[in-house]
Amino acid sequence: MSTLLAEPAAAPARSARSRYTWLWIALLAVAAVSAVRVITGAHQIDSPGSLRAALIATCPILMAAMGGLWAERAGVVNIGLEGQMILGTWGAAYFTYFYGPWVGIIGAALLGAIGGALHALATVTFGVDHIVSGVAINIIGLGASKFLAEAYFADLDGGGVKQLTGLDRPPSFTVPGISDAATGLSEKNWFFVSDIASMVAAVTTGLSAFTVLVFALVGVTAWALWRTTFGLRLRSCGENPQAAESLGVNVIRYKWIAVLISGGFAGIGGGFLALVASSGFVTGQTGGRGYIGLAAMIFGNWRPGGILTGSLMFGYTDSLPLRSSETIHALLLLVAIGLVALSAWRFYKGQRTQAIVFAVLGALFLLWFLTTDEVPREFTGMTPYIATLLVLAFAAQRLRMPKADGQIYRKGSAG
Amino acid sequence: MNIVKRVLGALIAPLVAVVAAMAITSVLILFAGSSPADFWSIILDLPADRVYVNIINQSSMIFLSALAAAIGFRMNLFNIGVEGQYVMASYVAAVVAGLALLPGYANVILSLVVAMAVGSIWAGIAGLLKVTRGVSEVISTIMLNAIAITLTGYFLNTYGDKAGNSRRTTVLEEGSQLDGFTPFLDRDGAIWTLAILAVLAGLGFSFLLNRTSFGFDLRATGMSETAAVASGVKVNRMVVISMMLSGAIAGLIWMPALFGAAHSYGTTFQAGLGFTGIAVALLGRNRPLGIFFGAILFAYLNEQSNRLTIETDISQNVVQITQGVIVLAVVVAYEVVGRRRAAAEQHAVKRQLDAAKPTKEEAVS
Amino acid sequence: MSGTAASPATADAVQIRGIGKRFPGVIANHDVDITIRSGTVHALIGENGAGKSTLMKILYGVQKPDDGTLTINGEEVSFSSPTDAISHGIGMVFQHFMLADYFTVLENVVLGAEKLHGIGDQARERIIEISRAYGFDLDPDEMVEDLGVGERQRVEILKVLYRGAKIIILDEPTAVLVPQEVDALFENLRGLKAEGHTILFISHKLDEVLAIADDITVMRRGTTVGEAKPEGTTKRQLAELMVGSELPSPETAESTVTDEVLLEVRDVSLDDSFGRALLSDIDLTIHRGEVLGIAGVEGNGQSELVESIMGMRKPGAGVISVGGKDITRWDTRDRRLAGIGYIPEDRHRHGLLLDAPLWENRILGFQTRPPAAKGLLIDRGGAREDTERILEEYDVRTPGIDTAARALSGGNQQKLIVGREMSGDPILLIASHPTRGVDVGAQAAIWEHIKKARRAGLAVLLISADLDELIGLSDTIRVILRGKLVGEFDPQTVTPQDLGQAMTGGHDEESA
Repeated sequence: MSTLLAEPAAAPARSARSRYTWLWIALLAVAAVSAVRVITGAHQIDSPGSLRAALIATCPILMAAMGGLWAERAGVVNIGLEGQMILGTWGAAYFTYFYGPWVGIIGAALLGAIGGALHALATVTFGVDHIVSGVAINIIGLGASKFLAEAYFADLDGGGVKQLTGLDRPPSFTVPGISDAATGLSEKNWFFVSDIASMVAAVTTGLSAFTVLVFALVGVTAWALWRTTFGLRLRSCGENPQAAESLGVNVIRYKWIAVLISGGFAGIGGGFLALVASSGFVTGQTGGRGYIGLAAMIFGNWRPGGILTGSLMFGYTDSLPLRSSETIHALLLLVAIGLVALSAWRFYKGQRTQAIVFAVLGALFLLWFLTTDEVPREFTGMTPYIATLLVLAFAAQRLRMPKADGQIYRKGSAG
Repeated sequence: MNIVKRVLGALIAPLVAVVAAMAITSVLILFAGSSPADFWSIILDLPADRVYVNIINQSSMIFLSALAAAIGFRMNLFNIGVEGQYVMASYVAAVVAGLALLPGYANVILSLVVAMAVGSIWAGIAGLLKVTRGVSEVISTIMLNAIAITLTGYFLNTYGDKAGNSRRTTVLEEGSQLDGFTPFLDRDGAIWTLAILAVLAGLGFSFLLNRTSFGFDLRATGMSETAAVASGVKVNRMVVISMMLSGAIAGLIWMPALFGAAHSYGTTFQAGLGFTGIAVALLGRNRPLGIFFGAILFAYLNEQSNRLTIETDISQNVVQITQGVIVLAVVVAYEVVGRRRAAAEQHAVKRQLDAAKPTKEEAVS
Repeated sequence: MSGTAASPATADAVQIRGIGKRFPGVIANHDVDITIRSGTVHALIGENGAGKSTLMKILYGVQKPDDGTLTINGEEVSFSSPTDAISHGIGMVFQHFMLADYFTVLENVVLGAEKLHGIGDQARERIIEISRAYGFDLDPDEMVEDLGVGERQRVEILKVLYRGAKIIILDEPTAVLVPQEVDALFENLRGLKAEGHTILFISHKLDEVLAIADDITVMRRGTTVGEAKPEGTTKRQLAELMVGSELPSPETAESTVTDEVLLEVRDVSLDDSFGRALLSDIDLTIHRGEVLGIAGVEGNGQSELVESIMGMRKPGAGVISVGGKDITRWDTRDRRLAGIGYIPEDRHRHGLLLDAPLWENRILGFQTRPPAAKGLLIDRGGAREDTERILEEYDVRTPGIDTAARALSGGNQQKLIVGREMSGDPILLIASHPTRGVDVGAQAAIWEHIKKARRAGLAVLLISADLDELIGLSDTIRVILRGKLVGEFDPQTVTPQDLGQAMTGGHDEESA
């Protein structure tokens, strides 16, 4: 640990000043994107269609990340998010088929919570190592969903041994007036203005009710964890369970609740995947999004705001394979600009080595952009993972996970 | 008497776990509307000759995978990246083998070395990130898994030889294809020659961990990092070396299949062994003997379950649930049994010694 | 040193009568009698292990007493949990703070007591109110991580005040404070007293106790041994009560100290991550055949000194030489190979692999040399044989060498460690609290082994809080206080009182 805490790490945004800083950064980012779009002519980078797709891709990741947040804030590491998400996809498909999408999403949460219960039983009640339990849950989740799919879906309409498609979708809506105006404005391809219009168009056109649900849950989480007694006590279990115990908090109970909610959220993420992002249930459709969610949680420094940002970023990259290669190529320029900006910032903070590393990386990306016409599709799939590694490697000191995260807690260890 | 007690004690947890998992599986099958009896009759049936061969072959790969994970686990390092390490190593080794730089068996040896090197480098990245930047190896290895799989896929699709609709690396020449050992009829298949790697690795693992100073350091660090540091162990160095060793073994996982059956890296590649290995390592408590039995159990379940799809209406995937539940149940059982045993031993020793001498008051310190 | 004069008008805040508490093999408290008058600062003093912590845990409801009664404000009580104690107006400030670093002051204070004033603005106002009333100067929205030690302590005090505590127990509150922070704390305590609170102040720092307390109770070996009022008492008298006035017989054997220097520590300094000095300009030498004892209250730099010599910490400045070789840059393994044996202070964390059998524990620290190892390999037979030898020679009571270390008693574990470390024929032995938590039989045995080794020419660095041990074993005694070596004593002439004074930083006008 350094003698001086170089700068206060992602502090709770209580001062208006920090809020405005974020706004400035956001605006600058939009300007950068817009510039790249105009320069390269790749207008698909942030067309309403692209942004809509990105939003849809974001939601499962976001739910998984929030699920991770609930558990880790209470001190339990939940690697089993992937397995719980998978259970959620099955649950959503099954219940939607018989009872419609709204019951379906509840079914997804339920199945996910069952996965959570297994994890809680092993780690909180029996004191098993969190990672080991999570790995086992993933194995169980995958096997269970495949098994249940084969057992139940094979004979249904639109179903098969590995899938169930043609499910009722949740309602989606379009805001009249605003939607058309924004879409029209975005098509003008004007610098900056069109990009903002595009964002407006994306959220007002064909917005799924479940997307609203997902974002509502994010808001509820933020409120519950930071503005209620329940949330305070839950977070104390993840920061210093011994202190919490000494003050009369039932640590075991809060950990259980947190992990159940965690599984439920992951399940909802899976449900979204099956009902909105895809046309139904397919085995293996989660494709590691549970882990990406974990990455988004770490990237977001265990706070809802950061998690939202991270999830949006990962969601965007997740939807990239649908974009034209021209668009993806243009993004190289954007990444180069971003790295150079990061480098300048590190330099300003006095971290020379990091500044140099980022500058070199930025130059490499620029070179890549200038010397090629295309980016192989597979590479876009790797982006979330590489980004996570980079964040972890360079921001390790700034990351502030709950202090007692991953600790095996035994009652009576206080005093 | 003592030895019997110890053996029983060691077996209790896995036995309880297996029984529990079997029970849960049966319930699930019932729940899904099928007959557990069908399931059991197939699972407990004597395997056909061909299946015996498959079980041995599969066990050898699972064993290697579990060994790789176990090296990390003994040092409290979670190398979840076994999957990515062996995918990468298999691809590169297949490419090198296809190049036929050396003739016959020498080519095989070269490829094995390359496989170990690639696996160890890929794992070493995670190790380095941990000791230099404090990055948790759990997350970094999972990330590296995804990166490895994507990269390998890309390279295969870009540089591989075309074969129908898919791609694969250059097929090995005759001299490098290993015939293996055919215990039954020819049509029952051959036990892969390189399955022996499992045995060698297991012996090497056992020897390294139990008979060498390095192994002692490794185990000590896993048991108590603070005590290890006080005894002179350089922990950072150990972390990187252990991860690299783990990756090296991981690199060998698919080698028996490559040289014994597949002869190239392509659609015949068997993925997923990395995660199976982690599960078996946990089941076998990270010890070669336990892993040996665990690998055979898992391979047996996998192979026997093939018949389920044909002969019953039960999905083959049910054994995956069984396996997952076994692992979860076993770690819970180990935890509970372990705690009880430690407490019991403490009491037993106290009683034994108290009986031998009059009780003395301890000074309050 | 008279009995307490009970104030007849007000009921005593706390009456402790005949309290006793036993743990397996240890009597932590017996026949404890204390009367704490309302509205006073009552100090409870005693050395480490005198039983103060256990008594406080009983008072706070964390433990239940085996014998005796507790009377709070005239009402006899029995607590089954801290919640009971809190409801009777007792608040405890632990020596090791129970604070969540990443929570704000507000969050830490309201946790568990959210019903009192909520968790928002009302709570915030109440905290500011209390803070102002007692001069705590705390910002409810500041993160605890950013607070200094003194401020964190005030948060702990605020926590108990917030819950309406009238009786406040402070466990070794000044252990981690620098002089200015101590003054600030005492100001706060006086303010609290003025408002009618009763304070129980546990400490072993005599000058501070005399400065702040109205009444003093002394504990030793689990029971109360005396009472005093600061007006009529000197530090020397208190120290005498604390450590007992029996003088152990110093080593009357011939001096075995030679001229050959085996350990030399020159100008060693070490800072912590905040820049505070843990060690300052340490200079010491130990000769062949000499036992150098270091006396000091825990937390004054002994652990850091030991870890620096062992290579587990790297000092910022200075030179360390063993047997004439400069080992300042060497790693721990090489230092051990150079001939340093180490009996660690915390044997469970640094000395043993608890779940491994004894013969494997024999290998620990010796895994690269005979008899535990041959070249790169472990010599099982050699290790097992030598473990049997150690069991024999050092009288380690255990069913066998395959027993897990965890199952042995503290004394036997320690004897094993001593035997192991001696077996490497060290030229320097570092013994850090070698008989802590060890039964008297094992203690005597370990002392005998150290004496024998000393006669054979071993140099020993002995760290201990047991003054009998120090005086009995050492050829020279030095005292460490706040990271500096202050004072050198001859065990043949020194008294426990002298040591006690030097250890607690009292500078009396009267000389030793």
